[in-house]
Amino acid sequence: MNTVDLLQANLLSPIALAFALGLLARVVRSEFSLPKDVYLGLSIFLLWALGLQGGVELRHSSLQAIAGPALATVGLGVLTPITTYLVVRRLGRFSTADSAAIAAHYGSVSAVTFIAASGFVKAQGQEAEGFMPTLLTLLESPGIAVALALGAYHAREGERPVREVMHEVLTGRTMVLLLGGLVVGFLIGDQHWATIGPFYDTTGAVFRGVLCLFMLEMGVTAGARLGDLRKVGGFLLGFGMLMPLAHGTLGAWIGQVAGLSVGGATVLGTMAASASYIAAPPAVRLTLPDANPTYYLTAALVITFPFNLLIGIPVYFRVATWLGGAP
Amino acid sequence: MTPVPMTLVTIIAEHVLREPLTADLRRLGARGYSIGEVEGEGTRGLHTQDWQGKNLRIETVVPADVAAAILAHLAARYFDDYAMIAYTSTVAVLRSGKFA
Repeated sequence: MNTVDLLQANLLSPIALAFALGLLARVVRSEFSLPKDVYLGLSIFLLWALGLQGGVELRHSSLQAIAGPALATVGLGVLTPITTYLVVRRLGRFSTADSAAIAAHYGSVSAVTFIAASGFVKAQGQEAEGFMPTLLTLLESPGIAVALALGAYHAREGERPVREVMHEVLTGRTMVLLLGGLVVGFLIGDQHWATIGPFYDTTGAVFRGVLCLFMLEMGVTAGARLGDLRKVGGFLLGFGMLMPLAHGTLGAWIGQVAGLSVGGATVLGTMAASASYIAAPPAVRLTLPDANPTYYLTAALVITFPFNLLIGIPVYFRVATWLGGAP
Repeated sequence: MTPVPMTLVTIIAEHVLREPLTADLRRLGARGYSIGEVEGEGTRGLHTQDWQGKNLRIETVVPADVAAAILAHLAARYFDDYAMIAYTSTVAVLRSGKFA
């Protein structure tokens, strides 16, 4: 498949089209949207299933196989918020608070983008390693911590201490479901997994169907914020697409060096390229209250998320394939 | 039972502030509170934070001096950076011992 075919296959996938439909619904001002509690319920299912299956798969992996990729992941988690901060602060001339806030989002990871990348590589016949959800969990919080530390010297008297906010990040629903799911999945093993697997299997019909529904609402949410694109300016628009390309390429390369397969390197690249919009926003809002939410939410949700979903993932796959020496 | 006058403090705020605000209320002397989720539009346009949860309406019934302390604290601590409004009204309550 050449790059154009890859892009085409990706654009016509059910999740991409569901996202587009949600977006369109909001643009034509349809009253359609998922009830907030349903959206929340779906996100709980997705994260819990991801954690559980990751835990079951973890049992099949040797420590030796995971050590390199895990180290690479933590390295990326520390590096990407710093590069983001420097680019936004120096080139974009954003304030310290705004730069640190954006860095927290781009240093962390979007689980939904991760799921999309895993599905994409599988469809290309290059399934990623089973322990990838473990890496996802590892990448969730370091970026937020590093970015908040960057912004911390800027914090004023009486702000909530970073330690307190990190407690919230580490005990938030993403961490409880992902990390808790990994542990539970690891403990139950294959025998029990066989009884619940058909419901939670992340390549199965239930999971993919729920993901489609979830994507509809993500489209609606992004559509509702489309108007903010005019407020954030050209720099963030370019940043929201070029920064993921840089981080994605770097992540795919580091993944290869750390010994991941083409599929695994693609997924790691996608993780490095993605921006968090579940764990990071509340943490940032409480720690850096004078950072403008329009900047970080619009960049992460309206620019980078669709960019990775539609264009980024096939590009990182192409980079990983090329680095892996395959045609 | 004769109703006794008390002050009702109503705060509309971003949902991320749920924990800090309720802790503040307790610390400043409120004996209890109620929280509801609300939607709306204000000077900042649609509530910018409400994509992962609606805005909160927090109500607490307190003596006048506690109400004054709460308002002063909100103004000093939150008004600059967060989408928030707060107002008071005088209400008549039964079982006034529950509030002071």
